[in-house]
Amino acid sequence: MNELSVEQKNFLHIQKRHRRVVGVSRILILLSFLFIWEFTANTGIIDSFIFSSPSKIALCFWELTADGTIFLHIGVTLYETILSFLLVIGISVLAAILLWFSSKLSEILDPYMVVLNSLPKSALAPLLIVWLGANRTTIIVAGMSVAIFGSILSLYSSFSSVDPEKIKLIYTLQGNRFHAMTKVVLPSSLPAVINIMKVNIGLCLVGVIIGEFLAARNGLGYLIIYSSQVFKMDWLLLGIVLLCIMAMLLYALISLLEKWCSKRY
Amino acid sequence: MESNAEQILELKSIYYAYHNMEGETRALTDISFTMKEGEFVAIVGPSGCGKSTLLSIISGLLTPEKGLIKINGKYLRESTTNIGYMLQHDQLFEWRTIYHNVILGLEIQHMLTTKTKAKAHELLDTYGLKQFENARPSELSGGMRQRAALVRTLVLEPDILLLDEPFSALDYQTRLRVGDDIGQIIKKEHKTAILVTHDLSEAVSLADRVIILTPRPASIQQTLPLIFHLEEDTPLNRRNAPEFKNYFNLIWKEINGNE
Repeated sequence: MNELSVEQKNFLHIQKRHRRVVGVSRILILLSFLFIWEFTANTGIIDSFIFSSPSKIALCFWELTADGTIFLHIGVTLYETILSFLLVIGISVLAAILLWFSSKLSEILDPYMVVLNSLPKSALAPLLIVWLGANRTTIIVAGMSVAIFGSILSLYSSFSSVDPEKIKLIYTLQGNRFHAMTKVVLPSSLPAVINIMKVNIGLCLVGVIIGEFLAARNGLGYLIIYSSQVFKMDWLLLGIVLLCIMAMLLYALISLLEKWCSKRY
Repeated sequence: MESNAEQILELKSIYYAYHNMEGETRALTDISFTMKEGEFVAIVGPSGCGKSTLLSIISGLLTPEKGLIKINGKYLRESTTNIGYMLQHDQLFEWRTIYHNVILGLEIQHMLTTKTKAKAHELLDTYGLKQFENARPSELSGGMRQRAALVRTLVLEPDILLLDEPFSALDYQTRLRVGDDIGQIIKKEHKTAILVTHDLSEAVSLADRVIILTPRPASIQQTLPLIFHLEEDTPLNRRNAPEFKNYFNLIWKEINGNE
């Protein structure tokens, strides 16, 4: 190990302190939020019937774990989200490849894609219920509908922004358009695919919750809508807290995938 | 016209134009020349005159509007002769190691065998890249990257090499060294080569013959054979030879005379 200079030590020290300040502040914000919430609810400053309180939510979680129903809700939402996410990624990669191979097709379809992308997808949910029934398929399709058009559009634009000189290289090596796709376009778009995954995992969760509001008998979306109807605010807020945690974990999972990919490529 | 056996490349009245909605831009008019096997020809001309277009046509990436190209006596479309093409930038892929970049052409042409793999390793060794086989392109200097790009072309054993300003992205010092380097490699491997460049000293130091093109639409203004009386005909020795300055000035006047 080389002896570190005083300046380098100093620099490292400042960096370390900076990271510590950021970390501690984050935790402090959460703790003080929870504390103020609990305190005001207990002293009656806010109505704990409407606003609930951290301890009541925790207790409620405990009760629901005892009979296992909460795991059913979490599991159902997780399953629907991951399935619609995987379908969105698969279909949009295939669609973007197809559009890349036929620039004529992509030019023809462009206005339709733009319209479908800007349409508020929650408007489709009632339609899906009529067409597909109030079942799991509807919820998964609702989850996909939120993410898929934007995902195809941004994948296609990343495919077509590949350096034309790199594609020319493939042709100079006697390759064809298929080689250009597999050897250049796909590998160089890997970062874009991961970015789209990061956006889509959140969007799919949004779509699945919309679907569950309207067409489910279990899942966190169902838990939220049901508890608002029967005015069980503890359940409702528990549902939201669990959604926060789920969104965070799913995002972290994709970040992990990104790290693994950047190490390999 | 009959093409004799040692004539590896023949171009006859090539015409080409680019088209867009604003109109057409004529790039090449009536380009004809022939090349012998093992010859090194440099093509110079004012910038934007269509030099690179010519290479794209010879390589078959573009189809001429008029004219014909024969390689080893066969029409370009039916020819089985391998043509290697070196682009201005090395275009090494960052997601592949140097070795995997070098075998990209073999992969595409389904020619990955124990023999060709060994050839790739051997060429990397010969040109001083052995220790970088598993490195990423970004870890190499500009000169080494350009050498890796040359190995990627040579491993396909091309009979004709097309060089499209392959040194222009390098800084001056590296350019001299790599130009010298690659010039020697091509001579040693007895490759027929066409170099397109705007750097006249590069053309004079490397080529056996210089073809000077007119401004767009390009046609051949003059063809100038270069004869150096040197014991060891290397690019660096040429730069110090008395003929170098004369040839340089001659080409300079030819190009600037029509402006």
